[in-house]
Amino acid sequence: MKQFSNRYIFGFSAVMVIAVATLLSLAATLLQPAQERNLEIEKKKSMLESIGVPATRGNAQELYNKYIKESFVIDSRGETVEGIDAFTVVLKNEQKKPADQQYLPVFRATPDDNEKVIILPVEGKGLWGPVWGYVSLRSDMNTIYGVTFDHKGETPGLGAEINTTPFESMFRGEKLFDSETFISVKVKKGGADPADIHGVDAISGGTITSKGLEKMLYDCLIKYDDYLLKNRN
Amino acid sequence: MNNQEREPLFSAKNLKLLTDPLGNNNPITVQVLGICSALAVTVKLKPALVMALSVTIVVAVSNFVIAALRQYIPDRIRIIVQLVVIATLVILVDQILKAYAFDVSKQLSVFVGLIITNCIIMGRLEAFAMANKPWPSFLDGLGNGAGYGIILIIVAFVRELLGSGSIYGYPVIEKLGAYSAGYENNGMMILPPMALIVVGLIIWFQRARNKSLIENK
Repeated sequence: MKQFSNRYIFGFSAVMVIAVATLLSLAATLLQPAQERNLEIEKKKSMLESIGVPATRGNAQELYNKYIKESFVIDSRGETVEGIDAFTVVLKNEQKKPADQQYLPVFRATPDDNEKVIILPVEGKGLWGPVWGYVSLRSDMNTIYGVTFDHKGETPGLGAEINTTPFESMFRGEKLFDSETFISVKVKKGGADPADIHGVDAISGGTITSKGLEKMLYDCLIKYDDYLLKNRN
Repeated sequence: MNNQEREPLFSAKNLKLLTDPLGNNNPITVQVLGICSALAVTVKLKPALVMALSVTIVVAVSNFVIAALRQYIPDRIRIIVQLVVIATLVILVDQILKAYAFDVSKQLSVFVGLIITNCIIMGRLEAFAMANKPWPSFLDGLGNGAGYGIILIIVAFVRELLGSGSIYGYPVIEKLGAYSAGYENNGMMILPPMALIVVGLIIWFQRARNKSLIENK
């Protein structure tokens, strides 16, 4: 076996690391536009799913323009903030700011049944990484019209079940408020009473993801508290 | 070197490198490597196919790179160098999938990243590429990747057909009208244990046909 000096080993490692770093940063830069476009389409597709419009990657753009008419940003007091594009607000960055400086995006949509719904984005932590989603509310600003969730890397078959239809469809018709008090929707281990308008079944084997999702809903939606109460009809 | 006769590119020996892992030296059914990802990505044919392709590319190219560098890689850090090469290729594959095959990349999620830990790749680098020339190593990589892929595709075919009633997303069972005749998909097929059972059946079939694969007691 050929012996190498320490100097050679250090030199070899340095050259290798620099070469690899250059290659990877080059690839990341070149592929970035295509990846960002994918993420944008994905975001539109998720929003459409939360109002019950099945979209594909091909028609997401078109359907988004058809159904989601208006978007704006509000602050924690429910006042509209001018000059910010709601679609480009990154929730994760907002959550690092103090509560009264956060931008809260709101999207208005009109599905085929002519209900005036608003779509609110939510983002939180699951077991292994971020979980996020969109919650759409009926015009009473209380009843959930539909939800869609997604995750970065929850356990397949367990926590990852949050982005499946059986789980998501349980949220339909649940209520966020008990008259004027914000309750949110709780995820109940062992199953929620079907009559419970603030609870859905948790996922067996996905307790931490379920709890994370519950916290995400509470933390993100309570910020809209003032806005939702003010705009009830 | 010069007076040595050049071996043709596809000599019998080189072809054997390519075909052996498809059958009698299959990484999954004979060497029992790379089982974990075989369970995870074989619910549907499409992700299985992409995974098979990704692994084949990674193992072939990393075999080639390591074999080309084998004289220059210091023995003491060889495992690190191998890992760096594999990780780089896997990140590239992942980035490319994210840019051009977003849906598949979402389905494969963490498993693309986990190609790094696929035992087949490290195994081939240590066992073959460190001691052979680049071209045979490349073929060895292709062969092993294909051997892995072919099992993945067989398992995914069986699981998708029986579990979801479709082949590559095409609803065959529905088109045949079997549902109205009372046929139902087997939900068990979608769960990971069934992949193990299908792999087990393949191993059984292979050993029944080739007795030399059976270990002596």
